[in-house]
Amino acid sequence: MADLTKKFDVLVIGGGNAALCAAISARRAGASVLVLEGAPKFYRGGNTRHTRNMRCAHDAATEILTGPYTEEEFWDDLLRLTGGQTDEELAKFMIRESKDILNWIVEQGVRWQPSLGGTLSLGRTNSFFLGGGRAMLNALYLTAEKLGVEIVYDAEVIDLQIEDGMFLSAKLKQPIDSAVEIRASALVAAAGGFEANIEWLKEYWGEAADNFLIRGTPYNRGSILKMLLDKGVQDIGDPTQCHAVAIDARAPKFDGGIITRHDSVVFGIVVNKHAQRFYDEGEDIWPKRYAIWGRLVAAQPDQIAYIIFDASVRNSFMPTLFPPIEGTTIAELAGKLELDPAALEKTITEFNAAVQPGTFDHTILDDCRTEGITPPKTHWARRIETPPYLAYPVRPGITFTYLGTRVNKQSRMVMKDGKPSANMFAAGEIMAGNVLGKGYAAGIGMTIGSVFGRVAGREAAKNARN
Amino acid sequence: MHGTRILEEADRLMTVCNSCRYCEGLCAVFPAMEMRRAFSDGDLNYLANLCHGCGACYTDCQFSPPHEFNVNVPKTLAIARAESYAAYAWPRAFAGAFARNGLVISLVAALSVAAFIFGFAAFNDRQVLFGVHTGPGAFYKLMPHNAMAALFGAAFLYAIVALVMGVRAFWRDIGEPVGMKTDIGALLQAIRDAGELRYLDGGGVGCFDEDDRPTDRRRLYHHLTFYGFALCFASTCVATLYHYLLARQAPYPWWDLPVVLGTLGGIGLLIGPIGLLIERWKRDPVLVDEARYGMDVAFIVMLFLTSLTGMALLILRETAAMGPLLALHLGVVFSLFVTMPYGKFVHGIYRFAALVRYAMERKAMAHGTGE
Repeated sequence: MADLTKKFDVLVIGGGNAALCAAISARRAGASVLVLEGAPKFYRGGNTRHTRNMRCAHDAATEILTGPYTEEEFWDDLLRLTGGQTDEELAKFMIRESKDILNWIVEQGVRWQPSLGGTLSLGRTNSFFLGGGRAMLNALYLTAEKLGVEIVYDAEVIDLQIEDGMFLSAKLKQPIDSAVEIRASALVAAAGGFEANIEWLKEYWGEAADNFLIRGTPYNRGSILKMLLDKGVQDIGDPTQCHAVAIDARAPKFDGGIITRHDSVVFGIVVNKHAQRFYDEGEDIWPKRYAIWGRLVAAQPDQIAYIIFDASVRNSFMPTLFPPIEGTTIAELAGKLELDPAALEKTITEFNAAVQPGTFDHTILDDCRTEGITPPKTHWARRIETPPYLAYPVRPGITFTYLGTRVNKQSRMVMKDGKPSANMFAAGEIMAGNVLGKGYAAGIGMTIGSVFGRVAGREAAKNARN
Repeated sequence: MHGTRILEEADRLMTVCNSCRYCEGLCAVFPAMEMRRAFSDGDLNYLANLCHGCGACYTDCQFSPPHEFNVNVPKTLAIARAESYAAYAWPRAFAGAFARNGLVISLVAALSVAAFIFGFAAFNDRQVLFGVHTGPGAFYKLMPHNAMAALFGAAFLYAIVALVMGVRAFWRDIGEPVGMKTDIGALLQAIRDAGELRYLDGGGVGCFDEDDRPTDRRRLYHHLTFYGFALCFASTCVATLYHYLLARQAPYPWWDLPVVLGTLGGIGLLIGPIGLLIERWKRDPVLVDEARYGMDVAFIVMLFLTSLTGMALLILRETAAMGPLLALHLGVVFSLFVTMPYGKFVHGIYRFAALVRYAMERKAMAHGTGE
């Protein structure tokens, strides 16, 4: 263990992809680096634990990518999915840098593999980590340790001393080797968002937030983000927004990860606790509309909904962690779900009667649709009539939040008065809102983390030397 | 519902893993799992034997303990694997040998060595037993070649029959009809995968042994052990051919093929098992089936003793120690042969069968005839 009472060149707060990329790049630039990870070792890395791929631009197919994904195409995708809520200069900078990240991240020990089974739609755009996000983290940590980066776990920071936009020191909750105040010449904040902070979520969502499930670890509490915003750093991103998908209601409160998700919405209907449908389940190609369902369920009473389908489609999607709840009749299923049997029977009867003849194909916007009901199901509508009848209960699963610190192209934080901070940098989810004002596309969070982590580390090291 | 508690657990884990799939690039287990949506006992025994226990999926898993999903694939499949050895053992009456395998192997080895020493002493007078014998046929002054060949031939034949019966039961259980058409391509693929220990590499960086820093040592030591054993076996085969076809009797000069093969193999079979034993001791207990420690150690020690006594015999064959050393060596080799179907040796046989099945499944998938 290093002497934590000495002044480090660069202090990195956080322990995920962005934090480690920053630590490694600062160390490679010659700085002494300390990483403070608030979580215990097993839970290190925040949301990175649950990731599996990264979206990088490339001009030609590679060993693991099936074709080119140009900077222009990436930019078009980003513009569309954010609805223009992005900083064009920063976003284009990130996209350009992402090309080099494909190789740089491999030099840090991370290994790629082709897209996983069931994710063929990402085979051209996204590079998958061999072994998943935790394998990626393990590789980055090993590299950081080999380079001489100091890493401390269970190191919760409770205060930051900042004067006129200049970081001086960080205060630890528990002293480590009698050190309480950690001093450094530059700070990289890469400590994620506040998705696991239910009290904070309640400020925007009210009591409904109590029914949210958190897909990542309980350590993403946003405390560093809050301190920075309180101490004069300019904010960016809509504080009321978070990325949420529909996940199994039986999932644990925290850290259920990817395996609690459901991709079966297009194969059936979705009803609320009153057994009423509330949105067009066939609006657009999956997974494009996958991410709207968290928000939709959050708006329903008690934040619960049920995906209802029948035996004819039970093997049409990926196997699920939790088995579907079964009933030989609609009424029996309703009873198990504690729904009003008559109401569910009425909803399904009306839905079935509205289904028009068509040719089913879930890979395109097919012509199977309903007529005469509200809301309609505009594609992939087929009658639910083959017992046993099946259901998954779902709740909103919060993945990440959009509120963050504003940064410039050096990944340097910008203060409320518009001036760049003297020595504070940010990377990863804590500044993702600069590029991603809203929406999401697979792997883009990791791109933001690696690109800005690498830049932040390099710039922080340069800053510390001057 | 499954036959055993550990298969229940394996089923639970495969359901978790099948909804995640992050590990699909690490080895053969996960792609094989993805070809299924539900798992029979046979499927789980197939996956258990396909697993090489490299530990990468544990270190890479976001749901491994202390996570509440408690996903520990290497340990669960190691236990299921060991239980499958007992389940497929032939004859059934000997399945219990796997329960206290260290003890069973030690007893058989001790009895076998004692029997050879006693037999040598009973059939030979003192002067022959402790005499110095050189030149062709020296060994056979202590035990006639035909008696030796008959005894070891019978032991070896028995081992083969018992192993074949076990593999037959395994093959039937994992869903392949017995006596199906031989698939040469799949067989060659499996030979290559087994020969390289392709799946004992943690997906490319090595095994996870004592901590989260991968190393390739276990694969290296396994190669030394396996190829050492293969060379020793080849040496014995060449010597048998020399004897019957060329009428050339052992011992052979140091430069002759049986001695060269046996010496090279013997060196591998000394270093390899020592390395494997050290790695076994150092291994993180969270990754292994601790209850089968005795089984692992017994087999490794038997291989080591086979080589040690063989090398000692080679070095001291022209001294008065030859007689007792020959008894010792033959005793060890005999017990190695007869216990082959009831110890860790079977891991190679079942794993190879699982690799053949996997190669066939992959081909079927590629041709679009799979699920």
